[in-house]
Amino acid sequence: MESRLRILLLSGLVLAAGCSHMPWRDDEPAEGPPPPEQTGEIPVVIDPQVERREVKPAKIDTENWEAGAYVGSLSVEDFEVNVVYGARIAYHINEDFFAEGIAGTSDAGLSSFERLSGGAPLLTDSERQFTYYSLGFGWNALPGEIFLGGKRALNSAVYLTLGGGATRFAGGDRFTLTAGAGARVLIKDWLAVHLDMRDHVHEIDVLGSNKTSHNFEATLSLTAFF
Amino acid sequence: MARLAACGLLIFLGAIATAWAEGLEVTVADPYLELRTGPGRGFPIVHVVERGASVRVLKRRTDWFQVQDADGREGWVHRKQMAETLVPAGERMEIDDPAREDFGAHRREVGLLIGDYGGANVVTAYGAYAFNEHLAGEFALSHLLGNFSDGQVATLGVTHVPRPDWRIQPFLSIGTGVIRIKPKGTLVQTPERTDQVAYAGIGVRAYLARRFILRGEYKEYVVFTDRDENEEDIEWKVGFAFFF
Repeated sequence: MESRLRILLLSGLVLAAGCSHMPWRDDEPAEGPPPPEQTGEIPVVIDPQVERREVKPAKIDTENWEAGAYVGSLSVEDFEVNVVYGARIAYHINEDFFAEGIAGTSDAGLSSFERLSGGAPLLTDSERQFTYYSLGFGWNALPGEIFLGGKRALNSAVYLTLGGGATRFAGGDRFTLTAGAGARVLIKDWLAVHLDMRDHVHEIDVLGSNKTSHNFEATLSLTAFF
Repeated sequence: MARLAACGLLIFLGAIATAWAEGLEVTVADPYLELRTGPGRGFPIVHVVERGASVRVLKRRTDWFQVQDADGREGWVHRKQMAETLVPAGERMEIDDPAREDFGAHRREVGLLIGDYGGANVVTAYGAYAFNEHLAGEFALSHLLGNFSDGQVATLGVTHVPRPDWRIQPFLSIGTGVIRIKPKGTLVQTPERTDQVAYAGIGVRAYLARRFILRGEYKEYVVFTDRDENEEDIEWKVGFAFFF
């Protein structure tokens, strides 16, 4: 008789433990099966301490975006070399390709003609501001590592970029193609330093006749992955 | 420029905040897990983690996951190997990856197109939201860069995809908006003008990989000028887009 009661009690406990795993447990207050008849004091045989395994969707931090700012020098054709500031955002599509957008600004200097003739300037100060944006693609052509001494290695990549956009200079907006090459070194997993060389190519007629203008720039940038 | 810098700073701070997000613990189910020094196939394998051992997933970059083993060693694991690990519930790790099937069913799309509008170069950024598999609303901003004038076009329209199950999807589009044309200063001074436009077009979208689409389109515009005759323009553009 006593052993039968014990079995009854045990099965009740197991059932209660089993029910605690049921998905509807959170919806309703836990109501075990009706407690078995208790006659007298029976010691608890099993104290079920079953931890419920936590099941949650994977929350993995994806870092496919990269954003940052750059500074460097820009050679505006016929208008000297000057400091350029800009911002860059990129989306890494896979380990080989990324899409990127850049925007930058610089104040162009005097042309040789203006300097030598000593006459009236060709452009006003606001027209002399060289502002551009470009949207395009990049290809990580040479992924690799840079070794610092014998113990440290930093991930790096040399990439090629091609984009289209516009340049505002000398009182007009011009369609601009931008081609470049750069090197990216990751000093932290989320922080990168870039050295970029780009050529902004557009048609311009500020010195009389229409011509293709090449505007080279070299910049150093700091970007963060997020 | 200052606004851009502020945006950059915000994004930067956001990146630092997410760097502290907690990782997910998974158990290796394949014979072993290869840990590389970087997120790419060219980086060397420096550690392996055996079956049954657990690793913590720190972050993901494109197809690569950065993990840390019980000894604190970090490395990058490819998505294919990651899919062979088990989450605490004992199930395979599910990797949320957009695939070919999602192409026809996606909701949002953002893209960039370059082409020609009535003889001028055009650069367009657009965003689209799909109401259902066939019909989407689209907002586009274009920058026109011609030899004689510059301008901007902002349009709002709808696109219809007859076959969302195809890998290469033709679509029809119709919409309206405004155009602002500013003649270039070196020519005879003509005033800047803003007019309403309407367009109808056809195009094609092709699924490439992951979230990535190639897109090309042809549109015919009618510009409702305040002169005696309306102006008609033809535009074609190609570019790429992401869906999410």
